[in-house]
Amino acid sequence: MNTGTDLLRVEGLTKAYPGVVANSDVSFTIKPGEVHALLGENGAGKSTLVKMIYGLVKPDKGRMRLRGADYAPAEPRAARASGVAMVFQHFSLFEALNVAENVALGMENPPRMRELAGRIRQVSQDYGLPLDPGRMVGDLSAGERQRVEIIRCLLQDPKLLIMDEPTSVLTPQEVDILFKTLRQLSAEGTAILYISHKLEEIRTLCDEATILRRGKVVATCTPRERSAREMAELMVGAVLTPPAKSAKPKGAVALEVTELSVKSPIPFGTSLKSVSFSVRKGEVLGIAGVAGNGQDELLLALSGELRSGKEAVKIDGFGFGDQGPNERRRVGLVSAPEERLGHAAAPDMSLVENALLSGSVRKNLTSRGFIDWAATRTFAEEIVKEFDVRTPGTWVAARALSGGNLQKFVVGRELSQAPSVIVINQPTWGVDAAAAAAIRQAIIDRAADGAAVVVISQDLDELLEVADNFAALNGGAMTVPRPTQGLTIDQIGLMMGGAHGMEVAHAGA
Amino acid sequence: MLVLEKRPSPSRFWQAATPVLAVVLTMIAGGMMFAILGKNPFEAIRTIFWDPLFGEFAWYFRGQLLVKAGPLVLIAVGLSLGFRAGIWNIGAEGQYIMGAIFGAAVGLAFYPADAWFIFPLMIVAGGFGGWLWAMIPAILRTKFRTNEILVSLLLVYVAQSILSSMALGAMRNPEGGGFPGSRNLSQYPSAANLEIIPGSGMHWGVVAAFIAVIAAYVLLQRHMLGFQIRLAGQAPRAARFAGVNPDKLVVLCMGISGGLAGLAGMFEVAGPAGQLSIDFASGYGFTAIIVAFLGRLNPIGILLAGLLMALTYVGGDNASTNLGLPSASIQAFQGMLLFFLLAVDLLSNYRIRLLTGRKI
Amino acid sequence: MDFLGGINPAVLIASLMVAAVPIMLAAIGELVVEKAGVLNLGVEGMMIMGAVVGFATAVETGSPFLGFAGGAVGAAALSLIFAFLTQVLLANQVATGLALTLFGLGLSSLIGQGYVGIKPPLTGKVPFGPLADIPVAGRILFSHDPVVYLSIAAIAAVWAVLKFSRLGLILRAVGENHDAAHALGYKVMRIRVLAIMFGGAMAGLGGAYISLIRVPQWTDGITAGAGWIALAIVVFASWKPWRVLIGAYLFGGITVLQLNLQAAGARIPVEYLSMSPYLITILVLVIMSADKNRAALNAPAALGRNFHASR
Repeated sequence: MNTGTDLLRVEGLTKAYPGVVANSDVSFTIKPGEVHALLGENGAGKSTLVKMIYGLVKPDKGRMRLRGADYAPAEPRAARASGVAMVFQHFSLFEALNVAENVALGMENPPRMRELAGRIRQVSQDYGLPLDPGRMVGDLSAGERQRVEIIRCLLQDPKLLIMDEPTSVLTPQEVDILFKTLRQLSAEGTAILYISHKLEEIRTLCDEATILRRGKVVATCTPRERSAREMAELMVGAVLTPPAKSAKPKGAVALEVTELSVKSPIPFGTSLKSVSFSVRKGEVLGIAGVAGNGQDELLLALSGELRSGKEAVKIDGFGFGDQGPNERRRVGLVSAPEERLGHAAAPDMSLVENALLSGSVRKNLTSRGFIDWAATRTFAEEIVKEFDVRTPGTWVAARALSGGNLQKFVVGRELSQAPSVIVINQPTWGVDAAAAAAIRQAIIDRAADGAAVVVISQDLDELLEVADNFAALNGGAMTVPRPTQGLTIDQIGLMMGGAHGMEVAHAGA
Repeated sequence: MLVLEKRPSPSRFWQAATPVLAVVLTMIAGGMMFAILGKNPFEAIRTIFWDPLFGEFAWYFRGQLLVKAGPLVLIAVGLSLGFRAGIWNIGAEGQYIMGAIFGAAVGLAFYPADAWFIFPLMIVAGGFGGWLWAMIPAILRTKFRTNEILVSLLLVYVAQSILSSMALGAMRNPEGGGFPGSRNLSQYPSAANLEIIPGSGMHWGVVAAFIAVIAAYVLLQRHMLGFQIRLAGQAPRAARFAGVNPDKLVVLCMGISGGLAGLAGMFEVAGPAGQLSIDFASGYGFTAIIVAFLGRLNPIGILLAGLLMALTYVGGDNASTNLGLPSASIQAFQGMLLFFLLAVDLLSNYRIRLLTGRKI
Repeated sequence: MDFLGGINPAVLIASLMVAAVPIMLAAIGELVVEKAGVLNLGVEGMMIMGAVVGFATAVETGSPFLGFAGGAVGAAALSLIFAFLTQVLLANQVATGLALTLFGLGLSSLIGQGYVGIKPPLTGKVPFGPLADIPVAGRILFSHDPVVYLSIAAIAAVWAVLKFSRLGLILRAVGENHDAAHALGYKVMRIRVLAIMFGGAMAGLGGAYISLIRVPQWTDGITAGAGWIALAIVVFASWKPWRVLIGAYLFGGITVLQLNLQAAGARIPVEYLSMSPYLITILVLVIMSADKNRAALNAPAALGRNFHASR
């Protein structure tokens, strides 16, 4: 193993932000032509690491060497000049412009349009990603848009191509095509740094893998020699003991979703495809999935912001799919969206006003349309007290609170309304451990009191801790829910990776 | 270099202080403009702002203040509700005209009968006319997503054409000796919009303006609908989460602002203006937009801003008579006021920091 | 070849081309501004500033050419206020545009005080010699003043720059997705300010045309809503330069036709004729916005939203 032939050598990279250490002493190497996976859950530090490699963020400590020479790009332009290219998870594309124009905008000195169009056609054909330079990007599917981003990179002859969660927006066929392209690039000597947490794909595609957990490298391995289960354990941490769930028998079905299919109102969103499940009183259903697979849409459809067929969403046996948020609140369904500022709360309004936002119906804060501000203030103060929200007072604007405290307030507001059905999207995202534990406990308590709870989350630990039943959202479709107790990591990985529940688990693969 | 930093909470101090700061800055800039025009800036400012209130003939001018402020405040209160929700009714002038036409039509239809119900009926007709005119952009927006700014604005020109047509044709005074214009409604007792307290300028339109201010205040502070209006303008997604129906809000806000503008028009044609003529529309619908912003879209603020604007009108007339200051300078002055207000407005949400040399 | 009681079609077409010039210039300027993602409702204010400053400059210097230049510069200067307020101070674009119009109307009235009733130096027609004598075609194509040809050239130039040049591409990108443009390293604020000034200059030229050639004199409010029509034409044109020409000619045609009908003593009451251009514009706006596919594709996605580079 001659280190002189290393393409990229990362040594002791460390980066800290106020309150959190994103990366701590990270080291690994990539050889020319190697397909190297970067594995880890959300929050493990993958994005920060590659941002440092691409020049978007400066490391606090450590160094990098590219082809033996010191490498410390001050901005992406310098990285690109050194032969490092990156395809982001969220594309920088212009919908109303065509492919050639989009590619030109991403290049330093693009050639004239006609020549560029020719090169785009050529390169895209060569790598099995055919693209018509004249097509409007807005008309392209997500997979095709990703091709535009890739072609943009390829036209600059990169030596290292970084791909951030590339398959989260691809159909299975598109994944196959992408992999063929990446193998071709690899054979030609271009190294690929592949960020993902889809274990089966990594085992198929990658030569080496570096696994991150909480900012540190916990292992490096050769994926082909390991099973998905082993890698998942390394990713998540071996301890996965769900707390003893109350053996209390669950009550009647409180929420029933049948063949729920709705088009996403979000640009680039994922439409829901025949989602079906039911939740009993006292039960917690955990729904896992990588971001962008329909979580937002599911919450909108359950909360009532997105209408569907009447019988698609039934609360206590009655069809509510065509009703709005306040009608659903009246019968006891509350929800907490993922986006705190702008959706769950109005940033410039005070906590008192934000308490009114969703609490007006169930807490009787209005009478004949007139607001009872005194009662609202009391409600807000109750939330602050019970959920330990750190704030100078309830009169401050929502945007003044830290992310964690605002989340405590938002979740607390919903849980304090004596709900019978609770739907939460990412309950503890960005919240410190103590607060997260408190929120999870509150969720379990509400369920013990008889509420039916749906928790959508990217945090597997959390789901395994609170959920009685477990399902995964993938591309807008949901797997059949299964009891959490007894669920193996193998099965979880497969459910999230896209094999819908019905497939036999590949034991010992 | 200057950097803008978002404040954690909107600054209450600056929210109240910005209009005052804007007025001060405008007086300075306005003073400079007057100086360029060859007038003594201090004398000009005094003539415009001080004399009408406290000078020799203040007893006359003060009455005029309410006359001018009434329609401004009435229209601006309606506009402010829509503006808060992000619904831009720019065609208030057209709704004002249509309200006047409808109101005058009812009054003239009953002439020369003498009955108690004529005036109230005119009020209803005026409000209806303005409401109707505002429904056009409202429905076009909710059904076809057509931009309400352009539609409501283009309808102003249409309304002016209808006004001319009415004043010269259908509603022309048959005993007017061939002169254009309708009968004088302020001389027709059953239809006249008279002053409640003679000499104070306080006619029914002014009363309506005060009622509107109070109603809007209560609505915004204490009613769920007012809360929803504020929410829709600030955080549209949170508004949907709270169950607000955006289309209903558009129809409601456009309807209210149209109705109030129509009322203002009706009160004006039955009172201070007296008759329907080609140049009846004096731009109140547009000035009301400035009043709405100057009052920070707040009913009490609008009341004060309306009085201030009225002062500039009255004082401007005074300056025009006594100092030879062209009346157009007042319009420029009013525009400047809006500019300064918009400029200093960011202070309530952003802090300005001076960074020496370093680039972030 | 007369019809409808004395309206000569060749004269009609020639006069509609003249009537269309001010709104065409203002509209193509606003198209560039909106393509960059900025909604400037102050077109009416900028046009009338161009009218008065252009008029004053022409009278003082005796040269209509300098007059036009003055009009463009005056309006562009006014647009800088808008640019500063919306791009640097992040003020609401709708309110600021309205303020610009109101201020422009007032200021122009003020400046124009001393110029009412004065005749400006005349702008002659472009001498095409014998070509102008060709029946019909000569009247339509070869008997105009230079600005008519300039307005058509402006449309062609804007179309070419937007479609084929790098500058045009960057401008369109900024209007589409200012965050992505910023991420790719382009200077969003600088491009928008330049676009706003260009829009101002064009509106100024349009306004100057009204006071120097079309009318030609100065009175208060001489633009009579032309700025608002220009804004509507940009929407009508689906933000495509050549459609601006069609829209301007259509509107100019309706205006001229209804004036001619009035003069020819047609039986339709004057007021209905004079409101027809506005009603037709509204109708067109509705049709354009109801057709979701086309409207969605052509309006710059970032139109009207302020950009604050958050680090």
